[in-house]
Amino acid sequence: MAYLEQFLFVIAVAATGWFITKRVKLISRAIRLGRPEDRSANPGERLKIMLQVAFGQKKMFDNPLVGVMHFVIYAGFIIINLEILEIILDGVLGTHRLFAPYITPIYPFLINVFEVLAFGVLAVCVVFLTRRWVTRVQRLQASRHRELKEWPVKDATYILVAEIILMFLFLTWNATDSVLRDRGIGHYGELQGIVPDFVISQFLKPLFTGFGDGALVGYERTAWWLHILGIMTFAVYVTYSKHLHIALGFPNVYFSDLKPKGEMANMPEVTKEVQLMLGLTPEQAAEADPSGGNDNGQQPESIGRFGAKDVEDLRWINLINAYSCTECGRCTSACPANITGKKLSPRKIMMDTRDRLEDIQKGWVKNGPDHKDDKSLLGDYITVEEINACTTCQACVVACPININPLDIILQLRRYKVMEESQAPGSWNAMFSNIENNMAPWKFSPSDRFNWADQVNEK
Amino acid sequence: MKNKNMTQEIKQYSVPTMADIVAAGDEPEILFWVGCAGSFDDRYKRVTIAFVRILNHVGIKFAVLGPEEACTGDPARRAGNEFLFQMQAVSNIQVLNGYNVKKIVTACPHCFNTIKNEYPELGGNYEVIHHSTFLQGLINEGRVKVEGGQSFKGKKITFHDSCYLGRANKVYEAPREVLAALDADLVEMKRVKANGLCCGAGGAQYFKEPEPGNKDVNVERVQEALGTGADTIAVACPFCMTMMSDGVKNQNREDTVKVYDISELIAQGQGL
Repeated sequence: MAYLEQFLFVIAVAATGWFITKRVKLISRAIRLGRPEDRSANPGERLKIMLQVAFGQKKMFDNPLVGVMHFVIYAGFIIINLEILEIILDGVLGTHRLFAPYITPIYPFLINVFEVLAFGVLAVCVVFLTRRWVTRVQRLQASRHRELKEWPVKDATYILVAEIILMFLFLTWNATDSVLRDRGIGHYGELQGIVPDFVISQFLKPLFTGFGDGALVGYERTAWWLHILGIMTFAVYVTYSKHLHIALGFPNVYFSDLKPKGEMANMPEVTKEVQLMLGLTPEQAAEADPSGGNDNGQQPESIGRFGAKDVEDLRWINLINAYSCTECGRCTSACPANITGKKLSPRKIMMDTRDRLEDIQKGWVKNGPDHKDDKSLLGDYITVEEINACTTCQACVVACPININPLDIILQLRRYKVMEESQAPGSWNAMFSNIENNMAPWKFSPSDRFNWADQVNEK
Repeated sequence: MKNKNMTQEIKQYSVPTMADIVAAGDEPEILFWVGCAGSFDDRYKRVTIAFVRILNHVGIKFAVLGPEEACTGDPARRAGNEFLFQMQAVSNIQVLNGYNVKKIVTACPHCFNTIKNEYPELGGNYEVIHHSTFLQGLINEGRVKVEGGQSFKGKKITFHDSCYLGRANKVYEAPREVLAALDADLVEMKRVKANGLCCGAGGAQYFKEPEPGNKDVNVERVQEALGTGADTIAVACPFCMTMMSDGVKNQNREDTVKVYDISELIAQGQGL
């Protein structure tokens, strides 16, 4: 029996590893669809931002209460993983609490920390479910935000319920383990005097004292198995879910945009043409532009499309952004367009970008790795009405707890629409022609530009 | 272009152009970049004039480009027209570099952001200062004293952050410190600084009708501003100026609530 358990366990671990590897390969291939951009400069500053914003969760504390609660889940997730190491080794080796005899003095302390965190995670998950379903925090409601309909709300709820179940299994498993140890049964009894009662699960022991020995061992084994299988399933599930942020949040923040938020990315391929049109010789152009035309000193790559129509026109960082988005909606609830009932939702921009990538992945899996459908991000996922509603106010960029930039995607889509398809609202076209002909966005004569100075001495 | 001097007024303000100053073999301390709104918009021309009067009063050696100035290209770029933006930018940079301009002050956050952050990559490298920061400096140095004009004591003023000054470039305190010099009662809205709500004009929205929704952004923002009980809404951007003024009219409060640029308030306080 013991060997069978070990055998099944190893198979479960291997299967988990296989599924995760497959997903990681697909996702990294999808991210590499994006255009290149060098974001390696300033590693020191990047590390600092990652420590503050990702590890330290600085921006989550803009709302301190929510910040603390999210931190409990985050810390619980990271620290309880230490216990997973023991559980996995126990599973593979067929041992029971492998570490206990070797680190006897600190073992109870460690498990107590895990238990307190587990209880904290459980409590916070209950609060988070309450915020979604009872107090109905606006930004999390599908009735108010169409991008949350169906899967996203289910995804969020599944995870919270699963975490509650996992933590409950962990705590009751410890409780039954303690009861079995007290009764001196089998290898459980061997830990008498080595492992004491634990800080939380001791209060759960009365639930199990009425159980017979067999039922107790049955529960202990079931809880142990469900807990670890649950974690393995979670690890695979995460790669399909918004919860991928637990992994990608870190590189996402590390590669944050370090430029001032108001600065739009330059298009060096346009600069070349503009200099030619203005009759600047390459030497003059080089003189006017000592940086070499590009932030990172690269020569502009071969001109593909101006702006972005689909995900491969975006840059890879936009695509990491999409996979890292947790759909919390802080961006959308800060968006002036969304607040006033426009169709634009920065969160939807990120979710659409990821949906597009997931659909492309599905195409690869189903029809071979070179498959390409005839859909595109702009048109089939994001509409022109949405991108045209943006005021470029950067509220979404500032609001994101992990420095995702929905505005960057919106502006690249606008560039495609205007430069490749020559489609802009009529009054924008009028503004363009005014700038071109009158050097101002309005139809005034350029020679009148200095007339204001005539009034400088009028009272 | 000749200096636009008036000769018969008691107070005389002059607006020298770069061409004149350079022709005279001189060099200004700063170039005042007026911007399109500051040049053509009747309401914002008052702001340009107020700022020019302060510069004259303090005795700053400044110049403007006058008819040689052209749109920075910001609205074209935000709307997606990168070609038009770069045509404007490269031409402007040729003019600015031709005059060997080093220091630019502007009362428009959009011009400020574009010249400061987006011109360097196209060969235009200048020290660019928004007029709020410039005024703050003059106040701190004691060169601008708010006296001799209208008193603001007991007046309630609320400041509306411009996105391209605030979030885009993290200038939050300068305009507030300028307003503090008025000795008025500064009241803040709920959404301020990094959380400030846009007026609705940015990203070239100013140049088209808003997309369908249930409210205009400027109305949402003005309602918040009116909620503070302020009788003056201070702004530091020509587009915020229009949007907030329209919003106040929409709420039928234009008789009791005024929208002013921070430099106008300082000029009023100085009796300029």
